[in-house]
This record gives sequence, structure tokens and C-alpha cells, in this order.
Amino acid sequence: MRRKPQIAFFWLSVLLVALPFLTGAALGNSWVRVLDFALLYVMLALGLNIVVGYAGLLDLGYVAFYALGAYLYAWLASPHFGVHLPFWAVLPLGAALAGLFGVLLGAPTLRLRGDYLAIVTLGFGEIIRIFMNNLNAPVNITNGPQGINLIDPVALGGFRFAGTQQVLGVSLPSTYLFYYLFLAFTLAAIFIAMRLQDSRIGRAWAALREDEVAAAAMGVNTRNLKLLAFAMGATFGGLAGGLFAAFQGFISPESFNLWESILILCMIVLGGMGHIPGVILGAVLLTVLPEALRYIGDWQRHAFGHVYVDPSDLRMLLFGLALVLMMVYRPAGLIPSRQRKREFAAEDGVAEQEQASLYDARG
Amino acid sequence: MSLLEVRQLKVAYGGIKAVRGVDLTVAEGELVCLIGANGAGKSSVLKGLVGLVQHGGEVRFAGERLTGRPTHAIAASGVSLVPEGRGIFARLTVAENLDMGAFVRRDRTAVNIDRQRVYELFPRLAERRGQMAGTLSGGEQQMLAIGRALMSGPRMLLLDEPSMGLAPLMVQKIYETITRVAGEGVTILLVEQNANLALHVSQRAYVMESGEVTLHGASAELMSNPQIRAAYLGE
Repeated sequence: MRRKPQIAFFWLSVLLVALPFLTGAALGNSWVRVLDFALLYVMLALGLNIVVGYAGLLDLGYVAFYALGAYLYAWLASPHFGVHLPFWAVLPLGAALAGLFGVLLGAPTLRLRGDYLAIVTLGFGEIIRIFMNNLNAPVNITNGPQGINLIDPVALGGFRFAGTQQVLGVSLPSTYLFYYLFLAFTLAAIFIAMRLQDSRIGRAWAALREDEVAAAAMGVNTRNLKLLAFAMGATFGGLAGGLFAAFQGFISPESFNLWESILILCMIVLGGMGHIPGVILGAVLLTVLPEALRYIGDWQRHAFGHVYVDPSDLRMLLFGLALVLMMVYRPAGLIPSRQRKREFAAEDGVAEQEQASLYDARG
Repeated sequence: MSLLEVRQLKVAYGGIKAVRGVDLTVAEGELVCLIGANGAGKSSVLKGLVGLVQHGGEVRFAGERLTGRPTHAIAASGVSLVPEGRGIFARLTVAENLDMGAFVRRDRTAVNIDRQRVYELFPRLAERRGQMAGTLSGGEQQMLAIGRALMSGPRMLLLDEPSMGLAPLMVQKIYETITRVAGEGVTILLVEQNANLALHVSQRAYVMESGEVTLHGASAELMSNPQIRAAYLGE
């Protein structure tokens, strides 16, 4: 009976390997770039899911960690400071820096929950962005709003992820190469997220999310576990940030605004908070759908000879509509976790059950 | 020698002194209750004991000083709190809630034995082990909270108003269980507003009024004390 999942796993692997070729052939190479971004967002969403989904700490400044990872990468691998460290050295440093900032954000917010925590984290995200925007004088650290350009292309053991490269006799554009690089990191992120959820730490996070006082009374070190959740989530963010910088070759504070934080949070909520398949689906959908909606402009031009509704306006409108519809019809997310599904589904039965259990209390 | 010794416990929330120097002892195997009206400071005493709020004075458990230790360390030393309002993990199953109770324990076989014991004590929890805890009735949630606390294999159980918000029949059932658990040798400090119930099941009692212990003694004696009867037993 164990053959079935193996077969599914085999076909899934084939699909993941072939996906950029299929996409490139069907939709054009610009869509492979969208795939790359989808993978980046999957990493970001998995990271935020640790903080929000597992530990229940609402973080609206998550993009700050993404920015820190990206900026550290830019500082250590670009002509900006004239430092050119290799990819494998810079990426972990960026993740570590983000992790450290995760603890720095976590420490003063330990006593906060819910909306209060959301406001403080939101402020933190803005502080980082504003710093990046203004740290160009008196000493030019971030190059201000212009951002940092000419970031070194990724090179792994002499293999450069730039231009078109020959791999096993196939010539691959850099977007294809980055797809496989990001895929490797995303799979690792999924693995880590899965293992974390099933671990003792994951259970402690779940307890913390449900009731902090009771969790402490069960012997859960609530302070350390909150800090760990922030640090783990931030590390994922920093890693994705480094990859983003390496992929784009250019970063500026504009890429790290509040909207990004909210978008990543929406991915989690839409897909199903705390549940890895849901989070992945949410991230992919919210990266791919807005891109697909761009076609609406072309379609209008074809049909009416004029663009009546700007696709970018429409995107926001449909995005809002999708979220509202989802809250009405699938409040627990598209692929909710077992726990959340129970939470939303059980409500009808609860009242009767309470009645029943009052009468047979002696049982 | 007493298992729990509390000397001059003080708890304040900002300028408000909720507990103004409480002395209290619980001997090994005893069931002691702490009764008093709303706002007398009963729950604050418990919160102070387990380090959920900053407190002055000294708390000793089995000779060790607990004062100043964080809550999770106190839990690991064998004091288990059943929090006010039960504090169950609503989106985890009954079984997962019980497992969390054994969070600090590493001895799997002993944990399995305790799990069996909890399921025997509360057959209803066994029936609903796969069900999400938030869908249980109030009484069942209280059973789960007590069961979860027992899963840590505690030397001492602190119960904060186990009768709160429950139907009379369920209260009776919960109290039967408390008596049974005490009978098995677990030391219990019970905080309760329902003085009548608490005095019936306990051996000794402390009466709190505006942050101070005003009376203490054997429960049977307190029950016949005219002052207590007038103030707490509604006569």
C-alpha cells in the first residue's frame, strides 16, 4: 500500500523539475521569472508561518527581515563597499543577521499579544525601511532611495548563475538556473518547517499560541520559545532576502514596504494558517494570480481598442474581493490544518454537546 | 514538615495591593482550601506562588525556594497549576492537551501509566481523546484541565476555582474527582469561592479578606463558626 505515495512523489518531482520548461514553452520565459518569485514567497510565507501560524504571534513587520538579508547580501557582494564575498558565505550571514534582529524585536515585545504586538512589529518594519532609505549620509551605508546596484551574480564552485549557461547540453537562461537554486532552498525550508511543527518545540509553540499562562504552567519556557519563533521566522526571511538580492542584482528600500508584509500575511491566511501545504498554495496563488491579471489590459485593448480599467487597479479590487469571499466561504483557509478545520466546523455541534454532557455528567 | 510554606506573600498590581502578607502552609498529602469573596486576593496568591506575578515574601516548596523563579521552572519542580478559567489548549485535541501536561517529563513509560490513570479518572476524556478541546463542555474542559495537570506527575496540585461557571451536577462530579485525587496522595491547595463545597472536601482552610488571611483552622471547625456561616455559607 505504500507504493501510491511513492508514485505520487515521483510524478511531483518530475513536475517540479520540468515546470520551468513547461511554463517557458506555454507562457513565455517571463513566466519563469514569476515562478522564481513564487518560490521566494513560499520561503517567506513559511518563515512568517512559524511566527504567526505556529506560535500565534502576529507580526506585521516581517518584511524587515527580508530587507536585512537582502541588504547584507548587497553590502558584502557588490561594488558598493568593494567587498565581494562568495554566495555561500554571505547567505548564511544574512540569515544570521536577520535571526539576531528577530531576537532584538522579540525581546521588548514579549509581554505583548494580538493587536498590540501587531502595531509594534509594524513599527519595526517601517523603522528598518526608513533606515534603509536614509542611511546614505553622513556615511553612505545603504545608498538611500537609489538602492544598491550591480550586486554580484551567484557563483557556486565556478558555476555562474548569470546569462545563459550550458547544463548537460541544454542551454538555460539565468531565470531557469535560479528556479532550481530556489527550489532547493524552498524544499529545505519546507523540510525544516515540517520537522519544527512535529517537534517538541512545535508542540510548545502550539500551547503558547492557545494559552500562554497554561503553557507556562505546563513547564514551557514561554520567553525563550517566543524569541526562538521570532528568530526562526526571521532567519527564513533573511535567507529569502539574500536570494532576492542575488537574483535581482539590485535592491532598494521600495521593495520592502508594509504592503509586502501584508501580502505575505495574506498568503498564509488565504492558504490556511499553520498548515504547510496551505501556506505554499497561498504563496503561489498570490504571486501568480496578480501576474495573470495583467493580461486583462491586453484583452481590453483587443476587445475594445482601449484600456478602460487599469489592470493594476483591478488587481487590488479582485484581491480584496477574493479575501472577502474566502472569509465568508472558507474562513480557515483554502487548505486548512486539521486543527483549524475542526475549530470552524465544530461550532454547530458544540451547543448540543454541552447540553448533553450536563445531563450525563455522572458518566 | 510542610511541603509548601508561604511566608508574608505580597502581590501588588501597580499601586493596588492584592495580597498583603499571607502566611500559609500545606503539609504533604493534605487538602487545604483558600476561601474568600470576590477580589479577596485568592487567585493572586496562586499566581504569586507559581511566579506568574511578581511577589514579595518567601515561598518554599519541599525545602526549596521558589521565590523569583520563572513559572516554567516552578512547574518542572513538581507544582502543577490548574489555571482559573481552565486554560485548556482549545485547538488541540484532548490527547494532545494531556501530552502537553507531560511536557517536562522524559520517562515515557511513566507518562503512559499516568495517561491511563487520567483516562480512568475521567472516562469521558478517553471517549473524546481525538476531539478538539475547545468543543468540550465547560465541565469536560475542567476535567481536562485537571487531567492535564496530573499528567505532569505533580507532588502538589494548585486548583484555581474549579467550580467556576459549571452546572451544579458538574461541580459535584469535579469535586468527587478532587477528593479521589487527594485520596491518592496528591497534595492539593484549592482556591474556591464556593466555601461550602471547599470546606466539605478539605481538611484545613484559610479564609481571605481584602488581601489578608483573617481566619484559619480545621475545615470542620470553620464550618460551624457562626462568623463563617454568616459571611460565606449564606445563613
